[in-house]
Amino acid sequence: MIYGNEADVAKMTQSDLVAIYGEYGRFTQSIKDSKNYIGSGQLQDVATATTLRVRDGKRMVTDGPFAETREQLGGYYLIQAKDLDEALAIAERIPSALWGSIEVRPLVTRRPG
Amino acid sequence: MNLESLYREEWRRVLATTVRLTGDFDLSEEAVQDAFVAALEQWPRDGAPANPYAWLVSAARNRVVDHLRRRARFRDKQTEIAQLTALEESPIDLSEAAMVDDQLRLIFTCCHPAIALDAQVALTLRTVCGLTTEEIARGFLVPVPAMAQRLVRVKRKIRDAGLPFAVPPRDRLPERLDAVMLVVYLVFTEGYAATSGKVWIRRQFCEEAIRLGRLLCELIPRNAELRALLALMLLHDSRRVARAGPDEEIVTLEEQNRELWDQRQIAEGLPLLESALRDGAAGVYALQAAIAALHARAARVEDTDWGQIARLYDVLLQKQPSPVVELNRAAAVAMADGPSRGLELIAAIEVKGTLAGYHLLPAARADLLRRDGRWREAAEAYRQALCLVANDPERRYLNRRLAEVEGLT
Repeated sequence: MIYGNEADVAKMTQSDLVAIYGEYGRFTQSIKDSKNYIGSGQLQDVATATTLRVRDGKRMVTDGPFAETREQLGGYYLIQAKDLDEALAIAERIPSALWGSIEVRPLVTRRPG
Repeated sequence: MNLESLYREEWRRVLATTVRLTGDFDLSEEAVQDAFVAALEQWPRDGAPANPYAWLVSAARNRVVDHLRRRARFRDKQTEIAQLTALEESPIDLSEAAMVDDQLRLIFTCCHPAIALDAQVALTLRTVCGLTTEEIARGFLVPVPAMAQRLVRVKRKIRDAGLPFAVPPRDRLPERLDAVMLVVYLVFTEGYAATSGKVWIRRQFCEEAIRLGRLLCELIPRNAELRALLALMLLHDSRRVARAGPDEEIVTLEEQNRELWDQRQIAEGLPLLESALRDGAAGVYALQAAIAALHARAARVEDTDWGQIARLYDVLLQKQPSPVVELNRAAAVAMADGPSRGLELIAAIEVKGTLAGYHLLPAARADLLRRDGRWREAAEAYRQALCLVANDPERRYLNRRLAEVEGLT
């Protein structure tokens, strides 16, 4: 799990970013080569996050990331969905939605080219 | 043809269809803006087209195509080329039915629960109502760049988080429609509450909310709660002129000159509410509209059916437990059964402490004490309210009452 300050990233120049992506590429390749790699993904920034909870059979959707310090990250699903509504409909079925919170966030997709 | 009124009428429809065609909110907004600029240049010279909507959609679509072509030259091309092909090959459906769907999609996207509520309101005013960013910023008393930033952020979220441009499926429709109605209601109350700011800007918000209410009733004619919401706004708005004094001072319901009430709006609102109730509307807007209707029907304040109003507040309180509704109920009970009964209810609310710091709580107590002839206590309560009040019209009202009861002690 990778944590960082988005504000710092936003201040970086294009060449800084290219350099960092290069380093990530080399790192990923190295753990692929050593057969340690299973999967990875870069999340879009928290501004794209939506949080979902189900309480008393009613679903509550809110803008923004999950921000409750008394609960901890306990797992994740990587899914494919045609839009946010489809993703939320799936998130709603996660058993923990009944007592915990499900943060839904898109991955950064690299365009071919 | 007056371009201003044309803009008002066509903006939403043209934008809604352009978003459907392009799937891109931001790009569409810019393109529609450009299309209107082009219309401003060409129509006075060449004459207005027979179908302004079709002309504007086609102009906006061409702008989008131009933009995507330019972008394809600079960036990785696949995405833009795919968008372009889709855009150029798909026939433009400009039928009445498609236009209705486009507008609904636009409204449901702006009022999507994954967007923060204040941003939903701002985006709806910008996108569905066609207000400028400046107008919205002035209405909310925030600097224009801050409002512009808020709108940019929300449009980014729509794009990056993949919010669908779609009418929700049937099983989701009731809850999503609740969200839409809440936004319309908030636009209205923002205009009606006169928390501060210039009155004319606020009036524009009320007018926009009513316009939105009408539009929704047109688009979803079978929904009784929507009709109740429109009735509620019309009945409240009918008192707009009467509820502000010459210096924008607040004039309470009982002191209002009822001849100033807009009979046209009342005549539209009452039958709307009746039809909504007949069709089973029983939600919070219907109850509030029913209360407003009882006021509208009373030619003089003495004719008001306070008992019935208090009973409606009871039901409203069950549906929407809120200390503010409780406070309104206490005021109605006081009118029906006398100030001392109302004061008991207010004391009970005070004990709970949920409204601590809310100026209307001591203000309501002060009004009841005044009615009861307890001048000294009333003055003290008005002073408490004055310490908490944040806006000028209400401060002026409280000051006037304070002076009045001080004169009597």
